[in-house]
Amino acid sequence: MTLSQKSTAISIQDVHLSFGSTKVLTGVNLEIKAGEFFAFLGPSGSGKSTLLRAIAGFGPRPRGKILVGDRDLAGLPPWERNVGMVFQSYALWPHMTVRKNVAFGLVEKKAPQKEINEKVEAALSLVGLLDYAERMPSQLSGGQQQRVALARTIVVEPDVLLLDEPLSNLDASLRVQMRRELLALQRKLGLTTIFVTHDQEEANTTADRMAVLDQGVVQQVGTPQMLYDHPENLFVANFLGTANILEGNMVKGPEGSSIILKTGEQIAIDSSILGQGNLVLRPQNIMVRPENANTALRGKISHREFLGGQVRYLIDVADTQMVVDQSHSIDQPVMEIGAEVALDINRNSGVFLPQKEVTDAA
Amino acid sequence: MTHQSAGAAPARRRLTDVLFPKLSGTVLAAIFIATLLFGFLILPVAKVIYVAFVDPQTGGLTLQNFGDFFSSALFRESFFNSFYVSAMSVVLASVFALPLAYITSRFEFSGSMLIQSLGFIPLIMPPFVGAIAMQLLFGRNGTFNLLLANMGINIPFMEGLNGVILVQSVHYFPFILINLSASLRNIDRSMEESAQNLGAHGLRLFRRVVFPLAAPGYLAGASLVFIKVFDDLGTPLLLNVNNMLAPQAYLRISSIGISDPMGYVISFILVAFSVFSLWASFLLMRGKDYATTQKGGGGLSRRKLSTKENIAAYSIVVLILLLVLSPHIALALLAFGTIWSYSPLPDGYTLENFSTMFSQSGVYIKNTLVYAGLAALIDVILATAIAYIVLRTKIIGRQWLDYMATAALAVPGVVLGIGYLRTFNDLEVPLVGKPLASWWVIIMVALTIRRLPYALRACTAALQQVSISLEEAAESLGATRSSTIRRIVVPLMSGGILAGFVTSFATAAVELSATIMLVSTDQDAPLAYGIYLFMQSPSGRGAGAALGIFAVIIVAAGTLLAQYIIDRDRKKRTGER
Repeated sequence: MTLSQKSTAISIQDVHLSFGSTKVLTGVNLEIKAGEFFAFLGPSGSGKSTLLRAIAGFGPRPRGKILVGDRDLAGLPPWERNVGMVFQSYALWPHMTVRKNVAFGLVEKKAPQKEINEKVEAALSLVGLLDYAERMPSQLSGGQQQRVALARTIVVEPDVLLLDEPLSNLDASLRVQMRRELLALQRKLGLTTIFVTHDQEEANTTADRMAVLDQGVVQQVGTPQMLYDHPENLFVANFLGTANILEGNMVKGPEGSSIILKTGEQIAIDSSILGQGNLVLRPQNIMVRPENANTALRGKISHREFLGGQVRYLIDVADTQMVVDQSHSIDQPVMEIGAEVALDINRNSGVFLPQKEVTDAA
Repeated sequence: MTHQSAGAAPARRRLTDVLFPKLSGTVLAAIFIATLLFGFLILPVAKVIYVAFVDPQTGGLTLQNFGDFFSSALFRESFFNSFYVSAMSVVLASVFALPLAYITSRFEFSGSMLIQSLGFIPLIMPPFVGAIAMQLLFGRNGTFNLLLANMGINIPFMEGLNGVILVQSVHYFPFILINLSASLRNIDRSMEESAQNLGAHGLRLFRRVVFPLAAPGYLAGASLVFIKVFDDLGTPLLLNVNNMLAPQAYLRISSIGISDPMGYVISFILVAFSVFSLWASFLLMRGKDYATTQKGGGGLSRRKLSTKENIAAYSIVVLILLLVLSPHIALALLAFGTIWSYSPLPDGYTLENFSTMFSQSGVYIKNTLVYAGLAALIDVILATAIAYIVLRTKIIGRQWLDYMATAALAVPGVVLGIGYLRTFNDLEVPLVGKPLASWWVIIMVALTIRRLPYALRACTAALQQVSISLEEAAESLGATRSSTIRRIVVPLMSGGILAGFVTSFATAAVELSATIMLVSTDQDAPLAYGIYLFMQSPSGRGAGAALGIFAVIIVAAGTLLAQYIIDRDRKKRTGER
């Protein structure tokens, strides 16, 4: 017997939630498509786990609607939701064997014994642990426990799958392997999956789309690449990778738009929006040139980190310090600390965020 | 300098080493302690067990004594009663402990502090002290039945075995409460949530997940209660219930004499049951360390109570607490009351009992302070040495010191008392002119052996917290082993040692079951025996209760002090980091 495949969309509509007087989620709206692998990404305390738990029916009851397919989950207790959740700690019951752990949900559904046996075997072989069925959870490694927790959840054929920081309890090397396995399993089952993480690399490598949360508010939704290249606010820009933020005034000139920094330097940058704001520059989008090049920005290397594939320079520019990454190859010399350099920026490699956008989010 | 002599005559040195091994101080200490434990614990208990299998006429080995035991209707009844009382005490203690543990650990309940502080008070009173007081509240002519008599109802709370069960379960239920609360608190929230996520809730959730996870803690507490009740002598004796095993052993030895084999057969059964239940609970617990709170877990899940549920929870908690605190309430009434007989409450209130008590029982109090003080002092010295030997040396067989000392837990006081009588009765103490078995020192020795496991746990825990690198640092700066122990180890262990002293002292001060066997004259009697004597006559009850209050205060003060020392120590430790 194989586990049935189904894909159900999730719609989160204007969800608010507070613990006592502390607001944890404010006006969350998200449309997660059927079969999508979706990530909630944010720092700790951003409300991402709270939102996931609210979908599963744990924690205080939120205001707003949570629809799975066309079913509103509001007010339903956790055991009537058919929403599968894998806990960060795996939460395997130590007094039951792997088989009994996996069979638990089917026993609760009063499935016939024959069906239970078949489905448990199917789920265990799906995660490659059929040979471990009679072991106790304490006899398994972290990665194996994680697989059992997954099998235990998918065996009941839930409408959606929720993963709470699924990789955080694993070793770094295992994490990479496990996230590929997770993704492969999700693709195979076609199960709509939400995955909570504070690790942008995890989200970037696995998620079809993701929502970045901060202070209970969804900051931006989109594909990992879109969020990285076109952040809509400073939080997203800073949270996803390293960003240089330069404050200034965007003006229109005869040769196109350019930003004038507080210290007077002028950098030519394409932008349809004008006025006060911040320019976001990724470190790898800046080129370091010898000092005599004809550019507006000049600085002095104050610190250098050799990272193998690239060299990261901290460069004192005007009244700030900029991070610049230069890719490294065997024939390219590394610049010395204390060297005077010029910075070259392509017109189209920066993102300008006008001032009001910053306050809009809060 | 040293390398010149290092090569000289190694063969000769090796020879002298073999002929006269240089025993280090720790080895000598280990041998001394092993001898003490062997002489005052292993030997007497082995003697008791041996005598149980010896034909008193011929001196040959036999099973006849056991045949005699089981062919006597009284002994069969006693055996059954002891078993029944122990089992029922576990049931009743569970009835008290389960709701308290569940309410405090799984709900947001404002009365939790109340339970945590008041719920453990019963343990600080020796059970036999409360027995008489309970009779005045719940006995045939006690407060409750006098009040109920108007309605023509009489509830036999305290009749025969019921009384023992009630007193014992009120006294020992905190063992279940402590263990069960701890294991309920150790269940991570995600354990329950994942079950709910997979469709389980309510009673099924409790039965399939919560209870199995808490069961090891419950069993640990329950087996402790079972064995404590099974071994206890004081309570049935004071309630005049003699058809149980421990009182039978005492009565046989004290009335027929130490050559009567029945006392030994009973002792063997008591020891066998102790060992069996400790072993069984060890087997059940093995590999079931279900502490599930872990990294990334959600911690405890405490549910909020509605107003109605809150009222219900408070009613249950207050009712149980009133019941389990009733011995203290009754004891206070008895101690401060004038005459309390055939009336719901004493006729009047007075301090006279206390003056009677102090004028008559000065010797008991003095004896108790001497016995318990000496016993506790010796306990912490032995315990520190054992802890050091076990944790810090490589002496072969060092674990056995720990096992031997801890084995005292499985030896009922009555059995140790009988063992001492049998073993040391012919051993005349020089200069004193009486056998060791009836010299006051033997009472102190019995207390030392019985309380050694408590002191040992405290000292072992204290030493485990002293990092070995602190000692190595001292040694690398030139300190010898003995001066490292004196200047580094013992000062760092001082909190644990002090806590061990106080615990040993407080519990030794109210010990009855071993001492009652060993007291040969009233002049040598400790406080607990004094209470026992007072309680024999109705006129002495007031003074006995006053002495009981005194005992409770000693134990309570000791417990608080030990707790304070441990807390202060922990704060100091964490503050230093």
